[in-house]
Amino acid sequence: MRLTCPLCGDRDRREFYYSGSEDTLTRPAPDAGDAAWDDMLYLRTNPAGVTKDLWYHESGCGSWLVVTRNTVTHEILATERVADRKGAPK
Amino acid sequence: MPELFAKSALHGQKPLTRAGVTLSEEVLGPITSVACFPGKRALVAAQLGGFPAPNRREGNLLWTGPEQAFLLGQAPDLSGLAATTDQSGGWAALRLNGETNKLLARLFPIDPRSLTEGTCLRTPLFHMSAVLTRDDKGVLILVFRSMARTAWDEIAHAMEMLQAREAIAG
Ligand SMILES: [Zn+2]
Repeated sequence: MRLTCPLCGDRDRREFYYSGSEDTLTRPAPDAGDAAWDDMLYLRTNPAGVTKDLWYHESGCGSWLVVTRNTVTHEILATERVADRKGAPK
Repeated sequence: MPELFAKSALHGQKPLTRAGVTLSEEVLGPITSVACFPGKRALVAAQLGGFPAPNRREGNLLWTGPEQAFLLGQAPDLSGLAATTDQSGGWAALRLNGETNKLLARLFPIDPRSLTEGTCLRTPLFHMSAVLTRDDKGVLILVFRSMARTAWDEIAHAMEMLQAREAIAG
């Protein structure tokens, strides 16, 4: 398996650390209530098909990536840096 | 205060030549990590005479991550522009000269043909964090100083295996 880091290019899977669903990027408001926090922390969908995960380019550039992939076909559809998504200044 | 003197990470290690490649220690002088504050990269570049793009080196600046580089040398005052930390002596540098591509293919999970002169990559040497670059003298590998002997051992082992394979092939 290979992932394309937007900075480093096409790299081997062993350079990356897997950190689960991208859900954890979106936090409920502090006062959103137990149900919303429980949902963010513990409840995951398990789709057969397109899913978005967080991967860390641990032994590369150190970027966090959002990887869009298909759990049925194993296709990697897109990779994006979390920093770019959040509009980090250069 | 006793008289202290600096020792390199692989002090006393003799160069090793196998399978057309020579491995040796390179003693780098001061190393300064330069991490640009948000939005300040252009100003840092103006102070340093450039700043490397991802996967590149520019003069004595090695790209080490987003908005971050190692300056081989002392940094000017970059207050307000970048976080600078003294990394001197914290890294060991290993030099490879000769026919390096077959060896690199055994050491790093990248295509060695992509490591052209001026390239500078973050990619691991087995389990070790590394900076991998090629300059006009050959390939240079930076690893944490504490990993110097492990790195040497792994590279030397791969060189021995490569030489053995060539001997069998005749
Ligand atoms: Zn990367």
